[in-house]
Amino acid sequence: MKEEGVQLIVDGKRLDGRGLEDLRPIKIEVGVLKRADGSCYVELGKNKAIAAVYGPREMHPRHFQDAKMARITYRYNMAPFSVDERKRPGPDRRSVEISKVSREALDPVVIKEYYPKTAIDVYVELLQSDAGTRTAGINAASVALAAAGIPMRDLVSSVAVGKIEGQVALDLNALEDNYGEADMPVAMIARTDTFTMLQMDGRFTTDEWKRGLALAKTACHQIYELQRQALIEKYSESIVEGVV
Amino acid sequence: MGFEILGDIRKDYVYDLIGSGKRIDGRGFQEYREISLDRNLISKAEGSALVRIGDTAVLVGVKLEPGEPFSDAPDKGVIMTNAEFRPGASPDFEPGPPDENSIELARIVDRGIRGSEALDLPKLCITPGEKVWMTFIDVHILDNDGNLVDAAALGAIAALQQIRIPNERYGVSGEETLPLRDTPVAVTIAEIGGNFLVDPNLYEESAASSKVTVISNADGSLSGMQKSGSGGLKEEDIIEMVEIGVGKAREIREKYLSA
Repeated sequence: MKEEGVQLIVDGKRLDGRGLEDLRPIKIEVGVLKRADGSCYVELGKNKAIAAVYGPREMHPRHFQDAKMARITYRYNMAPFSVDERKRPGPDRRSVEISKVSREALDPVVIKEYYPKTAIDVYVELLQSDAGTRTAGINAASVALAAAGIPMRDLVSSVAVGKIEGQVALDLNALEDNYGEADMPVAMIARTDTFTMLQMDGRFTTDEWKRGLALAKTACHQIYELQRQALIEKYSESIVEGVV
Repeated sequence: MGFEILGDIRKDYVYDLIGSGKRIDGRGFQEYREISLDRNLISKAEGSALVRIGDTAVLVGVKLEPGEPFSDAPDKGVIMTNAEFRPGASPDFEPGPPDENSIELARIVDRGIRGSEALDLPKLCITPGEKVWMTFIDVHILDNDGNLVDAAALGAIAALQQIRIPNERYGVSGEETLPLRDTPVAVTIAEIGGNFLVDPNLYEESAASSKVTVISNADGSLSGMQKSGSGGLKEEDIIEMVEIGVGKAREIREKYLSA
């Protein structure tokens, strides 16, 4: 993982001007797609992600139905033009794994028992990628589920922490990720401080790792507030217009 | 399906038992099953290891072949990890392309080896920019009684410990052996009803709301982690799991991986 030759921290600041514990700028917009039951657009630095949610709707094929509850499907997909070197279209091993852990990140908040035998389909499209894509995707998907009117216990907020030049840093961008020493994406239910996704690669000492986890927790609370604000903004607007 | 009802009953049984402080096979919560490790069973492979953890059996084979390096790492060897859940290992496994579980397992194993930098990738370079050793780590699941990740990760590092580089076969000159720089060990801990169980067996896995795999190195640092399953975990839970995982990994490393 470690590469020499690029200095990622200059005078305590990262190359994009952030401090070690700063998030990239985040923009969240609710209801950006016409046909989906719920949708959300998220920008996290240079990342651009759209989540679309359908359902609850009939599950196909039928033998995948669960007699007791709805099943969530999650498809994470990177657009071929979203990265420096064109990505071959279609699912690859990385996207299959990301789809699995992202689904499991959202699973605990959706009240699936209300809709037995149905499917709740979540499609996440990465239009531009700059590291932290799965976290941007989960943040968008969580808001899109709420926008689709699906009963949820809470939103899920997600962020990654990493290590650059031996220091724990929040929300790595692609350059930092390439030259960084570790990366740990997490997802959390902010209201109860419950982690629903946890992955790590690279190398952390246990102390660095603990600091990283605590840092991620604080950042998830910040993101949660932005998600909530985006939903409130959208639907207070609808009430004014008399749509809802 | 009838099996689902049986499965639910068994899940409840495992769950209730753990509530009263017992495990289905009589182990303590932090007790690992008996591990056996056999190396070099496959003479055609450059390295191999058969790991048994209780009734779980995983065979890992390592093959090396010259190939082209990645453009962003022209002077480094390449690691490729793949896992096959063979149908003989469980009535739940079906033939066909790898599903999300086998992809996830392979990627966790891969992450541990990569993160620890156990393999000296620059030493696996033959001609910079042109030819490097492609290291294929293939995990073959033979029998599934739970905790496949730990078995696969242990098999992979044990197989890598004794690889012979097939210089002669490919007309390349160079060292024949490649000492590892670290020994990452994966330890999986399941959360069932607020209890943490090391090395869950198949029934316990079905009752677990989530599992965390902690991969740690000889110096106690972490080189990989993965939560799997839909349950949520508190910060202090995860910290406790990591402590348990690092401790168990140390025991396993001393017993099975020290030269």
